[in-house]
Amino acid sequence: MSRPRDPDDAGRARRSGELNARELGRWTWRQITSMRTALMLLLLLALAAIPGSVIPQADVDSLAVTRWKNEHPKLTPYYEKLDLFSVYSSPWFSAIYLLLVISLVGCIIPRLFVYYRALRAQPPVAPRHLTRMPVHASYDSDLGQQQLLEHARAVLGRRHRLRPAAEGDDFVSAERGYIREAGNLVFHLSVLIVLAGFAVGGLWGYQGGVILVEGSTFSNNLTQYDDFNPGGLFRQQQMQDFRFTVNEFDAEWLDEGPRAGQARKFEAQLSYQQGKDGKRKDYDLRVNHPLEIDGTDVFLIGHGYAPVVTVRDGTGDIVYTGPTVFLPQDASFLSFGVIKAPTAKPGQIALEGLFYPTFDFVDGNPVTVFGDDRLPTLSMLAWTGDLGLDTGRSQSVYVLDKTNAEPIEDEDGKPQRVDLQLGDKVELENGLGSVTFDRVDPWIRVQISQTPGKEVALIGVVLALIGLCASLFIRPRRVWVRVVPGTMDDGGGGSRVEVAVLDRSGNGETDEVLATLLDKLKETAQ
Amino acid sequence: MTDANWESLSNQTVAVAGLVYFLALLVHLAEWASLRQPKVDRELVAAGAASAQDPSAEERVSERGAERIAFLGRLGILLTLIAGAAHFVSLVGRGMAADPNRVPWGNMYEFTLSGTFVVTLLYVALYRKFNLSWMGPIVVGFVVTVLMVAVIWLHDEVAPLSESLNSPWLVIHVVSAVIATGTFTLGGIASVMYLVRERSERRAAAADRDLGGWIARVPSLPALDRLAYRVHAFAFPVWTFAVLITGPIWAHEAWSRYWNWDPKEVWAFITWVVYACYLHARATAGWKGRRAAMLALVGVATLWFNFIGINYFSTSSQHSYAVERVVDGAVVHIRI
Ligand code: HEM
Repeated sequence: MSRPRDPDDAGRARRSGELNARELGRWTWRQITSMRTALMLLLLLALAAIPGSVIPQADVDSLAVTRWKNEHPKLTPYYEKLDLFSVYSSPWFSAIYLLLVISLVGCIIPRLFVYYRALRAQPPVAPRHLTRMPVHASYDSDLGQQQLLEHARAVLGRRHRLRPAAEGDDFVSAERGYIREAGNLVFHLSVLIVLAGFAVGGLWGYQGGVILVEGSTFSNNLTQYDDFNPGGLFRQQQMQDFRFTVNEFDAEWLDEGPRAGQARKFEAQLSYQQGKDGKRKDYDLRVNHPLEIDGTDVFLIGHGYAPVVTVRDGTGDIVYTGPTVFLPQDASFLSFGVIKAPTAKPGQIALEGLFYPTFDFVDGNPVTVFGDDRLPTLSMLAWTGDLGLDTGRSQSVYVLDKTNAEPIEDEDGKPQRVDLQLGDKVELENGLGSVTFDRVDPWIRVQISQTPGKEVALIGVVLALIGLCASLFIRPRRVWVRVVPGTMDDGGGGSRVEVAVLDRSGNGETDEVLATLLDKLKETAQ
Repeated sequence: MTDANWESLSNQTVAVAGLVYFLALLVHLAEWASLRQPKVDRELVAAGAASAQDPSAEERVSERGAERIAFLGRLGILLTLIAGAAHFVSLVGRGMAADPNRVPWGNMYEFTLSGTFVVTLLYVALYRKFNLSWMGPIVVGFVVTVLMVAVIWLHDEVAPLSESLNSPWLVIHVVSAVIATGTFTLGGIASVMYLVRERSERRAAAADRDLGGWIARVPSLPALDRLAYRVHAFAFPVWTFAVLITGPIWAHEAWSRYWNWDPKEVWAFITWVVYACYLHARATAGWKGRRAAMLALVGVATLWFNFIGINYFSTSSQHSYAVERVVDGAVVHIRI
């Protein structure tokens, strides 16, 4: 350090090149807020985002994550340690964008002050030698200095800020394009607004899903959801009090053309009610047309079939009846489901198997040839024994616990198949009971979510876009015109006019600007 | 006209467009080849007139050469215009062939057809303003190649839009994404030329000779840099609008989450960040020029990877054109 040694410092003499804490802090701050660091952090952010697009993400598709983990048991622990299944909420990803935010704040604040000063400052005095500027021109005129300067002020004054004329000035100094820096600042500040809106949504928002069979009613409280995914700061009081009934669901199926078999125009007719005694209103819920109730959005995101099956036990009592949700396995709507009747006597009854919306045999294999339910058919195996429902442990309705259950067998000792078409009835072996297939009801899957902060994020991006356009398309320029009297060759009263243009963004077409300006300056000055 | 007629019209006009683009490419290549000629001519003339120094002969030859080059250049742009018109008709045909009529952005094939059309359109529109004649062979070569890929691998019959695509946001989102894609591509071409010319200049300087051939016709480095910047500066806000405004709005309507880190979204974001890097690089000492141009190329790579690659690469994208997404066992009927 070359500064004179302070006598008090003598005791703590330092080797040269060593920094004290404050200097180190300053140095670090300058590094963090430098343009180069911003560039590096941005590149790093882009790189860090890549793994999440290759490795399945728990937030996007938890099923795919489970599948991946099963396929790669060796890699899984390492991946988990590195948070590779939740890249975008991982500490290392957050670290990068937090650093970027710090760098951004550190970069913007000083620039705000600089900009504030620049706004109040006058355009600078003309450089001594305008003809040494990179973009310049000069010409001779018959007119006098004052007249030419007046004219230049008039021409430039329309679209520039002018430096007030001082006594004896032989130049005009003009500047324009202050909005560019403002736009740049707005853009960078808006990035922060967007992040804030995004964070609010992540912390206080929630998404939940539920499958609802046609005719059923949903009331908005936690117990009614099939799955629920709240943000870290979500509180139950946030849940709005509303209920809705799915009156009817329709889909239109394409019978021909290249997309035959695909459905369109999904439409669920709902009636909904806000609060205990709100008015009942109707809404046609469709894809791309969510229902908004008081800040909570209801989306239609899936559909399927729920066969209505009645199970009678050995004593002839109805032990199970009603629609059972079967889950589609693929785009053909071949669906899988389980029916359980634990109260049946003499033995508990369960059915597990497939639902074919439009059944057919192709090459001897049972298939569904269409997604619409045109020939609905059930093909299931029957089970009896202990279904594990009395243990008190919770059990998925889509899974049959077979540890203490065995298939019902026919005379030949083969598991009994229960194949049913609409209206059919099958007697179970050994007098265990019977099964009838009454009807098919459609179900829909709705997603219900609150996304607080989405308006903030939207306002943020729109502001960012406006700022960006200002920053990219406005050209900040300085223009100087100097009039040197009496330099004409004939020694008369004419003047020499020198003009220079400086584009401060470095991207403008300064030559064109100069040419137009010259035309204007010469125009009336003839 | 029936829908089938429209569809076959579209298929035929794509073929015509491809053929005429190819002719334009040949013409432009001939033009570039002629640019090397004058030197050879000069040598021939010099040899022939070794005894009697006859500069006028040399001039005559290079004048004829210049005329030929100008003629080929004009022919090239004319053919490009014709091909572009056929290209446009094929797009209209796709839209008219669908029932109900719709915008031609239902699948990858149509999206590629539109993206390449924007490249041509911008090239033609900016041809005069930025004096883009030097860009002819590259633009036409690019368009004809991508068009061929589209016809061979991506072609799909006309079909109605799947439900989730049936939204006015589709029109706005996809229009802006296509425009930005076409524009970034054009900017990428300018940046490639920057790097090529920069290398040639370095080599020429090392060998102490002038720049020769077609590369001498490519604008100077500062001009290329400025052109690339202006094209990118136009594309960047459009891309911002497409992927950070209309995309999330539409995603919110269709899927309940405006940003879900779906692979397509991730790569759109990566592309956006890379171009933000490019814009920063142009304002950073040591990163101006060459490194900025390389960043622009990284940007184009991520852009096209996202557009084509990710569909084959990832199955969990909600944007995948053909794969049903299975959530919690329930097929979600949303296909984009
Ligand atoms: C979230 C991170 C950031 C993003 C997305 C971002 C994006 C952008 C974009 C798109 C531009 C081009 C617009 C223009 O030319 O005015 C730009 C310019 C600029 N950025 Fe950033 N930026 C970020 C962070 C930063 C940081 C941390 C700094 C401070 C070092 C910074 C300093 C600048 C400056 C000085 C310009 C103007 C460059 C010029 O004069 O052309 N940015 N930024």
